[in-house]
Amino acid sequence: MATLTFPQDDRYNAFITMLDKAETGPGKLSGIGIAIKDNISTRGIQTTCASRILEGYLPPYDAHVVKLVKKAGSGIVGKTNMDEFGMGTTTENSAFGPTKNPADTSRVPGGSSGGSAAAVASGMVRMALGTDTGGSIRCPAAFCGIVGHKPTYGRVSRYGLIAYANSLEQIGPMARTVSDISLLMEVLTGYDPSDSTSVNCPYAHIPDPDIRGLKIGVPEEYFGEGVNPRVASVVWDGISLLERKGADIITCRMPSMAYALAAYYVTCTSEASSNLARFDGVRYGPPADTRQTWHESFQERRRDGFGTEVKRRIMLGTFALSSGYYGKYYAKAQAARQQVRNDFLRLFREVDVIAGPTMPTVAFRIGEKTDPLSMYLSDILTVPANLAGIPAISVPCGTSEGLPVGLQIMGPHFRDERVIDVAYAFEQGVSR
Amino acid sequence: MTGTADTAGQESRVTDFSDDEVIIGLEIHCQLDTLTKLFCGCSTDYRDDGPNTHVCPICLGLPGSLPRVNRKAIEYALRVAKALNCTIVEESEFARKNYFYPDLNKGFQITQYDRPLAVKGYLDIEGDDGEKRVRITRVHVEEDPGRLVHKGGADRAKYTLVDYNRAGIPLIEIVTEPDIRSPKEARKFLNKLRATLEYLGVFDSEKEGSLRVDANISIQPRGWFDREGKGKADRGRAEVKNISSYKGVEKALTFEVTRQKNALRRGQRLGTETRHFVETRGVTTSSRSKEMEQEYRYFPEPDLRPLRVCAWADEIVLPELPDARKVRFMQNYAFSSTHAATVTGDWKVAEFYDNLPIDLRTQAATATWVADTLLGELNYRDMSISSVPSDHFCHILIDLKEGNITEKSGVEVLRHILDQIKDTGSCESPKNYIEREGLKVISLKGTVEAQSGVTGLLTDDNPIVIAVKEVIAEQTQAVADFAAGKKEAFNFLVGQVMKKTRGRAKPADVNQVLSGILGKEG
Amino acid sequence: MVSEKDVAHIAELADIGIEKEELAEFTGRFNEILDYFDILDQVEQATRGGTDLVNIFRDDIVEDSLPADEVLANTREKEDGFFRAPRVM
Repeated sequence: MATLTFPQDDRYNAFITMLDKAETGPGKLSGIGIAIKDNISTRGIQTTCASRILEGYLPPYDAHVVKLVKKAGSGIVGKTNMDEFGMGTTTENSAFGPTKNPADTSRVPGGSSGGSAAAVASGMVRMALGTDTGGSIRCPAAFCGIVGHKPTYGRVSRYGLIAYANSLEQIGPMARTVSDISLLMEVLTGYDPSDSTSVNCPYAHIPDPDIRGLKIGVPEEYFGEGVNPRVASVVWDGISLLERKGADIITCRMPSMAYALAAYYVTCTSEASSNLARFDGVRYGPPADTRQTWHESFQERRRDGFGTEVKRRIMLGTFALSSGYYGKYYAKAQAARQQVRNDFLRLFREVDVIAGPTMPTVAFRIGEKTDPLSMYLSDILTVPANLAGIPAISVPCGTSEGLPVGLQIMGPHFRDERVIDVAYAFEQGVSR
Repeated sequence: MTGTADTAGQESRVTDFSDDEVIIGLEIHCQLDTLTKLFCGCSTDYRDDGPNTHVCPICLGLPGSLPRVNRKAIEYALRVAKALNCTIVEESEFARKNYFYPDLNKGFQITQYDRPLAVKGYLDIEGDDGEKRVRITRVHVEEDPGRLVHKGGADRAKYTLVDYNRAGIPLIEIVTEPDIRSPKEARKFLNKLRATLEYLGVFDSEKEGSLRVDANISIQPRGWFDREGKGKADRGRAEVKNISSYKGVEKALTFEVTRQKNALRRGQRLGTETRHFVETRGVTTSSRSKEMEQEYRYFPEPDLRPLRVCAWADEIVLPELPDARKVRFMQNYAFSSTHAATVTGDWKVAEFYDNLPIDLRTQAATATWVADTLLGELNYRDMSISSVPSDHFCHILIDLKEGNITEKSGVEVLRHILDQIKDTGSCESPKNYIEREGLKVISLKGTVEAQSGVTGLLTDDNPIVIAVKEVIAEQTQAVADFAAGKKEAFNFLVGQVMKKTRGRAKPADVNQVLSGILGKEG
Repeated sequence: MVSEKDVAHIAELADIGIEKEELAEFTGRFNEILDYFDILDQVEQATRGGTDLVNIFRDDIVEDSLPADEVLANTREKEDGFFRAPRVM
């Protein structure tokens, strides 16, 4: 057992809660301090989802992944900042102030796992846990210039993850190197009976940089009009590197991309509208006012406790599920989702992985994006992997205007190993 | 239907209901008797424990918790679906029913909606006009919400107290088609359903709150419901929610029939409304109409996988059910149809009977004693048959069978031990009581001198002989009357002997001794 | 297209208070987003994808419940072991 002391200077506002020391023990993560996104339950440590409505909440239990990292000897150093309940692409939607991008503190770190990304990118921690519902690990990884992986849906237990969109989200590793990502995957994966969507597929793999003969698909839609040309160019350079290492590059098409973003936002807001109904102040969080009636109190608690973006998404989801609209929105979204899945299945019969930019742009300035729809549109390249449940990683592949750019690799279900191999090959190729 | 047609704009009043029928549909929620809750491992045995002592992150709705389906609950539900002759749905799933209330701590209830566990079954009952089939629309599984307590009553409490022990208890929901035609039929249906569930071993009706019923009731022109012309002149209906006792259902529906008829007599249009049954007053009252606007926004539960359980259902072997047991009791145990129905209509009573010693079981007297006497005394005392010690009960039956006590004494002993059990939880043995109270029948049976005829019985120490001699000595007038040929005097003397022996002598034996001593037959 | 009244109704349904001042902007943003969602109208109704994972169950074995002090630890509104909630009408 060793005690880590942890620097308390949080100049990027990466943390909501910081512990001044952490115990580590024997195991794969021995001696390593880890930061945990604040939507993952940690027993006895405040867990807020960056929301006022959970301020002061001390979970009486650890999330499954927290048990795993503790058992692997890691020490928890703190809970990181995020967009409230995971809803956002910039970590500006936090009740505890925005996080700054260590690469440029006038810019956002991406979201919603912006705090975890900043903590890793700045060197405060070596590893962090994030969550990815529509790109929330990969986006901040890309914007901050680190590695972030979204595992295949079901490989990492969601027990203890405070739900935003149950059918889309996964907890995943964030680190500065692909090897660390792989190490953390060994710890995080595996069957958990307390999660009925958990799959028995543990990860035990040493990354292999040999990608000769590997077929890499590049969908036209990933380089469409919404993508910044300089970003596109940097990513193409990255893909060319993979070609030089022996891979075959094959362009392809993904027509379902046209519906992907709408399908994603209908689905996640619908699930969220239901998931966020439990915050009534009766059992946890700032208490309900018992001098009022139930209805009055509940409404006031939600009015005061949720930020604007959260309210907006709850209302969108409520609308999409309401009678008369269910068929038009929710049912259609599931059909579109099936099409996205089918597109990937079809493509993966021809290619081994799919590559493209993680984000259509580099990091925005803090306060730049005020229009929700244009914010949603920046998720266009990341949401397909969530809709289909496939693994996807973002690895740094250069800069544009001095800001980090991420290369995204996606693979078939349960082929996280292959995706990580390609990322590793790239990382090794760059460092030569 | 005759009615007076009023001026345009007014409903016609109904004055004669002879062409109308009462249409009732039921939605029944029963708690399944599993060891743990539907979605977590908390124990279901919460009734004797303090509030919020049977909760965990899952049933408390803590953020980040996830449900896990109890296999046993599904097995129990499949048994019910099969016993109700349902078709098991090939792929069924759980769904979220979203609404905000303090007893629903997640803000949604996990239930089943589009794709329930089973559909299209039936239960045959003894209806008002003979045997009748009540169709079952669907059977599904869902979780119970928590319990709200209002100190000082719901109207005066300043706040609500919440106990989540009940949150997550597995419920089975059974919905009938509107095939029931009277409050009495509704009660019969519920009794049959309850018995069936108990036979299946999935339900304990003695647990308080284990059964709740919502009833839909309306009064429509005969045939209205079956005809395609449904659209015309729908008189509206009432939904009475959350009735929590069997008797309450019949009472509530009887009240509703009267209320609705009165309204129709006044020419009022009923509309569709939700009502509550106030058990203590025996009336239904209108609920806040806000309930009608409930928008539940159902969608499939994303944290749970679908169920494909047809193959599993096929393998399930059902135990003997009430109808089959009734036939067996009539064939093997000398039960009349009515008594067989009574005894097999309650699983615990039927089990009690089936566990009596074989020689007692097959006696008609035993059948009657259990169906009539025992159940009568239990009902009177509001006691369950589970409190009856079988060995003590058998002792009484055996004494009766062997003529050691009279029928009247038998009842007296039974009442005594039941009263003792009710007061103290235990009782003395019937043997003790019989001896102490001297209830043993005085008879001539077994006396050695029986072979030598009547005169041989006349031993001076036989209590009947003593009593007879005493009476003869006391009632000289009657003796003289009898000797003079008045037959009624003999009966009078028999009565006096019975009085002296406090009813313990068998009348036939008294007759015999009296005749013998007086020298001639009475 | 939804009106401010529709948005107010949705907020009522979702039991989320939005102030009158926010209503106009909310409605504008709402409509932009809903317009974007219209693209889903073009999607053909797909047959449900077969799920490989079905029948995930847990055995009917009692597990420990939370100790009473932990259950009520996150609130001060409690009485005699009950949670205290605002009154329902």
